Amino acid sequence: MSDTTADKLPPNGAEQKSRKSFVFTQELIVAIAAAVLFVFFSLTLDNFLLPGNLVTLVRNVAVLGLLSLGMAVVVIGRGVDLSLVAVMAVSLTVAIVLANEGMGFAEALLVGLGFVVLVAVVLGFLVAYVEIPSIFATLAVASIVYGLGRGVIADLDVNNIPNGLDWFLFLGRGAIFGIPVSIWIFALTALVLYLFLRWTGIGRFIYALGDNLQTARITGIPVRPIIVLQYVISGVMAFLAGAVTAASVASMNMRIVNSTVIYDVLLVVVLGGIGLTGGRGGVRNVVVGTALIGLLLNAMTIMDISYTVQNLIKSAVLLLALVVDALLNPRDEQTAQQGDI
Amino acid sequence: MEAATRLYYRYFPEKLLGEVLSKRWSDNFVPAFAVLLVIGFFLARDPGFFSLASLTETSRQLAEFSIVVVAMGIVLLAGGLDLSVGSVFALANITALICMNLLGWPVWATAAATLAVGALCGAVNGFLIGYLRIRAFLTTLVTLIIIRSIVDIILLRYAVAISAVFPDSDFWFFLGEGNLLGLPVSFLVAIAVIVIWHVVLTRARFGWHLTAVGGGRRSAYNAGLNVKRTVFLTYVWSGALAAGAGLFFAARLGSAGSDTGVGLEIAALTAAVLGGNSLGGGRGSVAKSVLGAIVVLILTDSMVRIGISGGISSAILGGVLLLVVAIDVRWLKNRHKILNKVYVSPSYFKLPDMPETDAGSGSPYALNDRLRSVSLIGQGEIEGPEDVIFDRADNLYCPNRHGDIVRFFGPDYKKWEIFAHIGGHPLGMAFDRDDNLNVCVGGMGLYRITPDRKVEKLTDETNRSFLSVIDDSRLKLADDLDIAPDGRIFFSEATIRYDMHDWAYDALESRGNGRLICYDPRDGATRTVLRNLQFPNGVCMAGDGESFLFAETWGCRINRYWFEGQKKGRCETVVPNLPGYPDNINRASDGNFWVALVGMRSPALDLALRKPGLRKRMATRIAKDEWLFPNINTGCVLKFTPQGKVLESMWDLGGVNHPMVTSMREHKGYLYLGGLYNDRIGRLALDGADPDWTSQDFYWGGKNGSR
Repeated sequence: MSDTTADKLPPNGAEQKSRKSFVFTQELIVAIAAAVLFVFFSLTLDNFLLPGNLVTLVRNVAVLGLLSLGMAVVVIGRGVDLSLVAVMAVSLTVAIVLANEGMGFAEALLVGLGFVVLVAVVLGFLVAYVEIPSIFATLAVASIVYGLGRGVIADLDVNNIPNGLDWFLFLGRGAIFGIPVSIWIFALTALVLYLFLRWTGIGRFIYALGDNLQTARITGIPVRPIIVLQYVISGVMAFLAGAVTAASVASMNMRIVNSTVIYDVLLVVVLGGIGLTGGRGGVRNVVVGTALIGLLLNAMTIMDISYTVQNLIKSAVLLLALVVDALLNPRDEQTAQQGDI
Repeated sequence: MEAATRLYYRYFPEKLLGEVLSKRWSDNFVPAFAVLLVIGFFLARDPGFFSLASLTETSRQLAEFSIVVVAMGIVLLAGGLDLSVGSVFALANITALICMNLLGWPVWATAAATLAVGALCGAVNGFLIGYLRIRAFLTTLVTLIIIRSIVDIILLRYAVAISAVFPDSDFWFFLGEGNLLGLPVSFLVAIAVIVIWHVVLTRARFGWHLTAVGGGRRSAYNAGLNVKRTVFLTYVWSGALAAGAGLFFAARLGSAGSDTGVGLEIAALTAAVLGGNSLGGGRGSVAKSVLGAIVVLILTDSMVRIGISGGISSAILGGVLLLVVAIDVRWLKNRHKILNKVYVSPSYFKLPDMPETDAGSGSPYALNDRLRSVSLIGQGEIEGPEDVIFDRADNLYCPNRHGDIVRFFGPDYKKWEIFAHIGGHPLGMAFDRDDNLNVCVGGMGLYRITPDRKVEKLTDETNRSFLSVIDDSRLKLADDLDIAPDGRIFFSEATIRYDMHDWAYDALESRGNGRLICYDPRDGATRTVLRNLQFPNGVCMAGDGESFLFAETWGCRINRYWFEGQKKGRCETVVPNLPGYPDNINRASDGNFWVALVGMRSPALDLALRKPGLRKRMATRIAKDEWLFPNINTGCVLKFTPQGKVLESMWDLGGVNHPMVTSMREHKGYLYLGGLYNDRIGRLALDGADPDWTSQDFYWGGKNGSR
């Protein structure tokens, strides 16, 4: 049991007791499942342990993990961010297009980051101040951002990084001490977020408002600015994930927005054990969830399962995870909001 | 100047604005305006937009789309959300095509199979959301992908085979391309669906349950509704309706494209919310859905025509969705504030100068302390005895604010019991010839309690007036009653615009919002006899068998209304200018009448009544507690002759012993006093009153009903 989860349990003695005596927490089960699957795939799938595959696996896991970290921060604060993938693709496209027009790549990346923060602040404003349910706001913002990307920012779906940017490609392809840089990035980000959520006041506030927004507000926590901050964090995570993606394939393909990556991210968060009711879970849940889902995705690709069938399987698993989540974390009618659907 | 004010408030229907806004259908103004705006805009850009051919094609699209939006609206109304409609639409399309083209089924079997597939998809959603209580948004988002994947897998296998075969059925093509009475078939079916669902949602039990569940899930559960099943059924219907739309799409185009229904869910959601269906449920209608569908369809169609790229148009649609959701959220949150600001609509009213009340002035209203010596009954044991009355065995009855009728046993009135429980807040009471106790119940209507304690509803509604915006058929605040010798019950309803606890708002308006109503037990009919009265309150038969007296509280006057005889239908003022606000009227043993003044006028409020603008600002800008109120802390009892001459008054200046008088009843030489906010009943010995006189015997005759 993660200690963050223990802190956030409702002050219900009986439940707390039974949970504590229950050794196999969701996090642990998922971690064991991931390990078992790794061994299983190593033994049964011929190509699984090839270096090329492991690099692909690790890179995908890093991207998925970065996105999931962003989603986790929002979900802990009782929201959902469905705009992650759109923001990821379009922000990097902005940077690449600018770079191709002659701007220095570092500056272009900064502009891309600025774009992300701008979108996140607008989004956070819509959720926190206008009080649009996060799920609608992020869905609509995703389609607006994607529409801007396709219609205004770039003419093509795929935009290639200009040549001669080895330092950038190093992010996606290089390795330090034999471990890919993308994994370093993921690990570092995870550590920073862990410290942030666990040891800073604002991090604790995010748990508080995810647990019970009204109470948090009455307590005097500045809930609205913190909600905006959540979306900024998730936007920056999306930007990092985009950078890793772009660095590894030297381009950014906006069609990824139409794929089901965002559901993989949701799957990681829900399977990892971060309840959608908010206020529970942490970085460790994301790490184990990412490992499990990354493995599954990779194995399905190796097994040559078609894209549509993969979607079918993934969404069936996600549905199952939602059912389990609903049974484990029943929704609290006391703090459920109007329009919280 | 004041004359202009008077004329303005007399003839300008200012209260209409608030009344229209208080109706649920007023939400439709905004989407209806949007429809006109969008149509006007694109008509101005492209006059060919509304050519006949284009209209026919558009109406077929509109038929399919509006069915999907109606489905979305149903789910939204119950507090859910169904994003899988686009995929279900696609699945229905492919199902219909397989049944027609590959299996060669007849059209009816195809239609049945398609609808069944849709209902099944809906049932899965409904089970997960209704019974397992998973979030609607995520669940349907996932089923959207699952169903879409299934469609893709089927397409991969059968798309070529489907396009190779041409179904051999005229009826099938008639469904897709035929016209009936000059209108496309699918359009007619859509109209039928819309009408049926309108009736279901507004008139049928299922629709009311839906609205109740969406409006307040827990309240609906507590009221005994099967919430889970209701939610479940909304998704089943949503799936079936989306499948129906897909069926028409299949018949119209016959194509098994992979982009069928992609993005339909967002468009449908945008349309439903734009029409005014609330996210979170409880507010929505079929009309709203259809209006939203028209706007969104014209918008998307026109964007294609103008040649806006797919990316931009989806961005525009997303922006529209954001905007309408934002408006919806803010409107829901602030609607009651707006309504509060505009609903209260004070009117102009001028009272004559107040009569003299100073002690020693010689006026019949001169202050004195005659009520100070009342003895108290039931002090601290009852709450809110608005009226008091006696049966033939000298037992005392009074209502309380919990909805009970309390009976104190004579002759000392120490012991009491709950005689009957009605509910609401019982107010005025009267015994009829057969000793039934007839009671006006605030919030409920007119009730009768038989001597063996059976509670019966006599009436709770009257004829609705033709041009009234608010529904004035329900009785909101039945106040006091008396019974004519022929058994007809005449009672007052104080106001049709406010509930009982908002009486202060009605005082602030001082318009004639009240009315007199007659209930005829011979045929059970209820009808309104006199309208536009200023808080009509006490009612008492004048004793001639053809007229009664009634008090208009905020009008500070007592009137007489003739319901029979030569002057039938006439209403005359008997006591025009009281120093306070009259409440109940009752008979006195000497042939005169008692009236209670519940509160006293003050020069400040009298002046404010002539300044409607001032009162409007007061109502909107400051808290209710800070308003200029009618003073109801001090009151008195008056005695007046049938001709309207006031004879005497009895006051309790300190208000310690009996703070408020809303009613009094003379019984065997004593006067018994009730007060709406009191916790006691007062009893005062009357000098020189007939010690055997009872109102009951006097009016209805002796114990055996013989007169």
